[in-house]
Amino acid sequence: MPKHDTPMLDELENGPWPSFVTDLKRQAETHDECWDILGQMELSYKDRITHWKHGGIVGVFGYGGGIVGRYSDVPKQFPGVEHFHTVRINQPSGLYYSTKNLRDLMDLWDKYGSGMTNMHGSTGDMILLGTRTENLEPLFWDLTHDLKQDLGGSGSNLRTPSCCLGESRCEWSCFDTQDICYALTMHYQDEIHRPAFPYKFKFKFSGCANDCVAAIARSDFAVIGTWKDDIQIDQAAVKEYVAGNYPANGGAHSGRDWGAFSIQKEVINLCPTKCMWMEGDELKIDDSECTRCMHCINVMPRALRPGKEKGATICIGAKAPILDGAQFATMVIPFIKVSKENEYENVIDVIEQIWDWWMEVGKNRERVGETMQRVGLPTFLSVMEVEPLPQHVKEPRSNPYVFWKEEEVEGGWERDVVEFRKRHAA
Amino acid sequence: MGYDPKNPMEGRITDLGPHPYTDMLPPVIAENKGKWLYHEILEPGVLLHVAEGGGECYTVRVGSPRLISIEHVREMCDIADAHCEGYLRFTTRNNAEFMTDSKEKCDALIADLKSRGKKFPIGGTGACVTNIVHTQGWVHCHTPATDASGPVKAVMDDLFEYFGSMKLPAQVRIALACCLNMCGAVHASDIAILGVHRKPPMIDHERITGVCELPLAIAACPLGAVKPAKAEVNGEEVKTVKVNAERCMFCGNCYTMCPAMPLADPEGDGIAILVGGKVSNAKSEPKFSKLIIPFLPNTPPRWPETVDVIHKIVEVYAKDAHKYERIGEWAERIGWEKFFEKCDIPFTEKSIDDYRLAYDTWRTTTQFKYTNATAAYTK
Repeated sequence: MPKHDTPMLDELENGPWPSFVTDLKRQAETHDECWDILGQMELSYKDRITHWKHGGIVGVFGYGGGIVGRYSDVPKQFPGVEHFHTVRINQPSGLYYSTKNLRDLMDLWDKYGSGMTNMHGSTGDMILLGTRTENLEPLFWDLTHDLKQDLGGSGSNLRTPSCCLGESRCEWSCFDTQDICYALTMHYQDEIHRPAFPYKFKFKFSGCANDCVAAIARSDFAVIGTWKDDIQIDQAAVKEYVAGNYPANGGAHSGRDWGAFSIQKEVINLCPTKCMWMEGDELKIDDSECTRCMHCINVMPRALRPGKEKGATICIGAKAPILDGAQFATMVIPFIKVSKENEYENVIDVIEQIWDWWMEVGKNRERVGETMQRVGLPTFLSVMEVEPLPQHVKEPRSNPYVFWKEEEVEGGWERDVVEFRKRHAA
Repeated sequence: MGYDPKNPMEGRITDLGPHPYTDMLPPVIAENKGKWLYHEILEPGVLLHVAEGGGECYTVRVGSPRLISIEHVREMCDIADAHCEGYLRFTTRNNAEFMTDSKEKCDALIADLKSRGKKFPIGGTGACVTNIVHTQGWVHCHTPATDASGPVKAVMDDLFEYFGSMKLPAQVRIALACCLNMCGAVHASDIAILGVHRKPPMIDHERITGVCELPLAIAACPLGAVKPAKAEVNGEEVKTVKVNAERCMFCGNCYTMCPAMPLADPEGDGIAILVGGKVSNAKSEPKFSKLIIPFLPNTPPRWPETVDVIHKIVEVYAKDAHKYERIGEWAERIGWEKFFEKCDIPFTEKSIDDYRLAYDTWRTTTQFKYTNATAAYTK
């Protein structure tokens, strides 16, 4: 039976989109604390302000992350949510689950938690929402001993790496995103569980430039699939698209009559580099001009495919706006081979080159993108031992304030003003 | 044997990591991984992937509120057990996906999903409004300036027809972050709903010594508005901080570092709307979302002001943009001055950047379009 009146939340049971309120009430039948979640949330709807206290450090022995402490500021009214800590469970790469594992996790949460979850959190973890401090160690015991899996990251550490579904169900993926994500997650367990960084650090792996896991916007270390040879063309399939026999963009626009498909209008004219043209009924591409944006491939997936020599571009330093404004990741390594044959050793080298430096010079709560801004891209490139390329900038600088080093200037900087004055009267 | 609180380190296992993804793949995925040739969206929410050798995977995508119960997840497992050999997956935008290897199984799956009321809406593919990526809000977070689940539910109810159809010029990615920390990373979304504060922090002098490292609280302010100060508490002088309110940009970073500096407020807090961001590199480069409405009030349970303005933007965009054009690409083609005019959104000085690197956004050309905003000069 409902413990609190929740007229405003009840209103959110209406409407066609599935209602979290209905679901909370369903769970409340077996987890009484869900009535208190509803009660406290209704109070927030009435007061138009949160009723969760700031912070509270809780966790499991030996780990510095994976659990986020949360306490109600009105525990007398809502005792079921007095403690309401979050548990982050490291998700499987690509967010695939067997129902066996998912049911085991739900049974675990039935036993120790509120019964509410987020599938998934923004960084990628499965989020178990709401438990008491005394449940944390027993939950962790069962999680590791019975389910044989682990917590994710929180705090100033390597956050749980995540990836798009990659080759598992996508024809465009230029490397095995799931495999490198899993391999590096295992390789860096210590960095995930024991905070030793200036601030958080995120890896994200996207198989192509469509970037379904938002690596370029959300990760300190973005590995985004690309290729270095020519787009593969099936001219017979091009003809099918031109004839209207294959749906453009995989049928993504089929809900509206946009008129007959026009390869000129929809593919060639929208190419950002204008490197495509028709010769008779054949599509031609000047691949040396192509920037591998994916648009033509998106529109004609049966006719065009990424090249055969695949790898990734590495971009570094994305973050949300706090504090100096949002940053996209900056392109640093134009092309790198990503292959399980070398156990991703070459990618690991790049990561550790960043960390060795950032752990020295990064300030408290400074994301690596902010450190890069503070020292400047030329300094960062020299730290990374990467030769500066025109590809590293959108355009060359427009001010002349170059930080010349003394050894770059003929004769050095030491001069004698007395000698100078002998030739130049003041 | 289970956990023994008297010997907490005994038998402890750590650093196991996640389960290998290879244990989690449906058979049709495991068999065809790396061999996929092409895909097609058969109808809204239903994808067909075809592999070399003729393997086929039919995927049905369904929406979810993200905040879901174990009963709801178990029901998903029941569906996956009945139709998908015991496997399912989630998308990065909080949808769930059920996969089968034949059209017949897929049809049975769809019928099953449709028989379960409104719990599993099918859609979220192609030129649609897919699920809203969002944060916790008032259900779990200590720093929010708005709720997350409520506004998301209200906006998705309103745009529901666009979730289950593919009639927009391109995909429209909406995201909500309940404060400027942006756990939802809304800074590169077609439409971003962002919780914002508008009152400077209060200082709880009685608690600050016990709960804050003052130098960290001072260093937390990007504008140097937090300074050391002294205050009298119960007749005794204590070290504390003061805030230069005129310099405050309401980012809340001081509160993150110092619990004795709360800034949330029912009147001060609300929602800003930003539009025109994108993550994908396709056609144009990734773009940041731009602030077009600095503040809308928190009006639970349905945030009608926020819902209405998003509705308006989506409708105008749907009518005006070219095929394949994302909202940001459309706004850039027509010009932002035209965007404000067409969407009937008043332009205020708050949309003009005066933070760092602001000059990059100022217009330094004589090329612009006359709109209703320039009428005073031209009529």
